[in-house]
This record gives sequence, structure tokens and C-alpha cells, in this order.
Amino acid sequence: MSRARDFADLAGSADAGGLTGKNMVVNGAMQVFQRATAATAAAGGYETADRFIMGEVSGGAYTTERSTDHPTSSGYSLKAQVTTADTSLSAAHYAYIYHKIEAQNLQHLAYGTSSAKTLTLSFFVKSNKTGTYTVNLYKPDGTGYIFVQEYTIDSADTWEKKTITVSPTAGSTSFITASAGAIANDNGSGLEVGFGLAWGSNYTGGTSGSWSSNTNHYATTNQVNWLDSTSNNFYLTQIQLEVGEKATPFEHRSFGDELRRCQRYYEKSYGQSTNPGTGTAAGIMQSGGAQGNTTTGEYAGDKVQYAVVKRATPTLTIYDGDGTSAKCTRVNFGVTAAAGQDIATGNSTDSGFNGISYSGGAASGIQFHFEADAEL
Amino acid sequence: MNITSAQYYNDRDGVQDGIRIVVDGITMDVPLETGNRHYDEIMKQVAAGDLTIADAE
Repeated sequence: MSRARDFADLAGSADAGGLTGKNMVVNGAMQVFQRATAATAAAGGYETADRFIMGEVSGGAYTTERSTDHPTSSGYSLKAQVTTADTSLSAAHYAYIYHKIEAQNLQHLAYGTSSAKTLTLSFFVKSNKTGTYTVNLYKPDGTGYIFVQEYTIDSADTWEKKTITVSPTAGSTSFITASAGAIANDNGSGLEVGFGLAWGSNYTGGTSGSWSSNTNHYATTNQVNWLDSTSNNFYLTQIQLEVGEKATPFEHRSFGDELRRCQRYYEKSYGQSTNPGTGTAAGIMQSGGAQGNTTTGEYAGDKVQYAVVKRATPTLTIYDGDGTSAKCTRVNFGVTAAAGQDIATGNSTDSGFNGISYSGGAASGIQFHFEADAEL
Repeated sequence: MNITSAQYYNDRDGVQDGIRIVVDGITMDVPLETGNRHYDEIMKQVAAGDLTIADAE
């Protein structure tokens, strides 16, 4: 290829959303698992991979975990595994993995105007269960609209790269390009990218390749029931959502860069390899004075300053050194340490908070771990 | 979200400061802030009649 062609492609890529920062998905390479890396039951929350919700309402069950199975043999994927089968899905039941993108980071899409951008979603996927699956893009602000697209897993147990282009006018010219298609310029959810695993009939009214104003249209009737056997697994990685009509190479970020992006939504005091609620002093927050100057009364800790300012004031979970929630450890440094002492939180904002132990064992200081959750 | 209890809590000046909830046996402090996913879920369950928030002690 000529040097001129290289520069032309470079310029085209930059125009399409930038050479770096083009991927609107956080943790698309499945690098960051702050809550747990081992198999954990999906319960409709953020159980394992940062920034990904494991949606599950069914008669079955599945787990997710970090896997070293990866299309390029170096890196991580998110693995889902059916643990309880549901061979006859009820109409209101479903299982899907989804990712919410902060609205103010999507203003360049110009949704809600005639200049709304075309998007391209690319990802690697692998499953033992072949057949038709669906992805969806849900825009919750203003009038809710949802786009659904089928794709097929062609070969069992084989990594496949899928590319899906999302035109703002697919299926209708009066949805995304009209004012009701706008994404609010705020810190709420602007777009949600969902990977369907199983959808009951309440949700399969969508038409592949089209936007719908019926926000139950998460899937089509062709979606496989992935929950139908405990043999079924599903791997996902290198998820990229970018502006433009074609997929460009995956944007690799450093672990530190991706971790800080994730910490806008979730942060913990524990080491990265330690699950929240573990009984350990390693990494524990500590405030206190000299040995011996103890009190059985109030001890207010120093402000906990987050590594990254949060999206919003977070929900706080405090643990003592034994891993018990809503408790702290009152310490007389070098002499005694009593876990299981009551603690309150105060002065909480998006930048930090105070832990306050109003009374308890004789202490010259307090210790505690925390989780701060400002997820969408 | 399996919220098994919810109770308002006050700051040291007696001003309502948040809601302490228990989810799957874990106790959490939730700010009184729309857009916080736990607060939004609490309000949704309260509106549906599935959850009651106790007064602060």
C-alpha cells in the first residue's frame, strides 16, 4: 500500500471518531474485574466484569467469570456458563449481558438531529451453541428507541468476529434523527449495548436491522434459547462501538487506563486481586493517633479521597477487617484491634466521604474497607 | 435487586442523609440522589408497594 493511501486511511479514521478514544465501550477487552474473577451467579447486577451487567430473569441460571480463552491467545474474555437449564422459556423471561454508556460521552453522535452518526459495533464471540443470536442498542433518554440485529455463531467452540452497523435511519427516518432521538447531555445512561442469550416472547417482536419505538423489542423470534442446556457457554471480548460505517482495529488500552475509566463507576479499597468483603487488613483505610490515647466515644476518620471522581454520589459499602459490612475495626495501635464495631458514613459526595464510629471499644483510631458504587 | 430492609439515617445534625439498605445480606449506605441506581431501585420498589423505608432512629 502506498504512503499516500496510508495517510488517507489515517485521516479517514480520525474523521470517523479519532485514532484513540474511538471506542465508546469501557472495559471492552475484559481487562478489569474488580468485584470477582471466579464464576459468580448472574443476578441482574455488576457481578464480575466491570461495567457489564449480567441480566437474568428465568427459570434457569448462569454464571460469569474471567477467562483466559481469547481470540489472540493473550488477554481475557468474559465467560458465561449455564448452571441451571431452562428449556421452555416463559414469555417474560430473559438472559442477556449489557453495557451502559454515560450520556454526556455520546454527544458527538448528534442523535436527535439530521446529522446523527452511523455506528459500528464489533466484537469477538464464541459458544458451543451455534445459531442465531441478537444484539441490541437501547437509547433510554427522551423517547426510548431500541435497535436489534441478528448475527450467527457459525462454528461451535470457535472465536468469530462479528461486525454490526447501526444506521440512525434504519427502519425509520423519524426516530433517531428526530428531536425525540436525542441523548441528554448528562451523567445518566445514554446508550445500552446488549448481547442476547435468551429472550422470552414478550421481547422478540423486533425486526433485525431496525430501530423500534417499542422498547420491549430487544430481540427477534430467531434468537436461540442459550439457557436450554448446562453444557452451554458463551465467551465475549474486544467489544468496540465506534462512529463510522466499518469496524476499525480494536483500540487496545493499558490496564491502568482502563481501570481508571472503570473507577469512575466503581472503586474499592481492596487490592485488585482481592474480592470486596474479604477479611484482610491489606489495603485497609486507617485513621488514628498515637498508641494509648484511646476513647470509647466518637472517632471520625479522615476523608477517603477517591482515586477517580465518581459519575455521581456513590452507594457505599463499608467493611471491617473481618469482612463484615456496616462495621469497622476500632484499634489502639499496636495493642488491640476490635472488629464488628458500628460505623456510619457522612459528607459523602462524588469525590469521597468520611467514616465515623460514634462509640465502641477503646480506640486511638479506626480501620475499614469500602466499596463505592456509582454504576449506571 | 433483593432489598430485604431499608431505613433512613441522619447526619450528626439530625438531617436526613441517606438510606441504609440490606441487599443479599450486605449493608449499604445509599445517597438520596436520583440517578444513583440503588436509590432509583428503592423508589421503584416503594412506589410498587414492595418496600417500606423505616424512619431514622
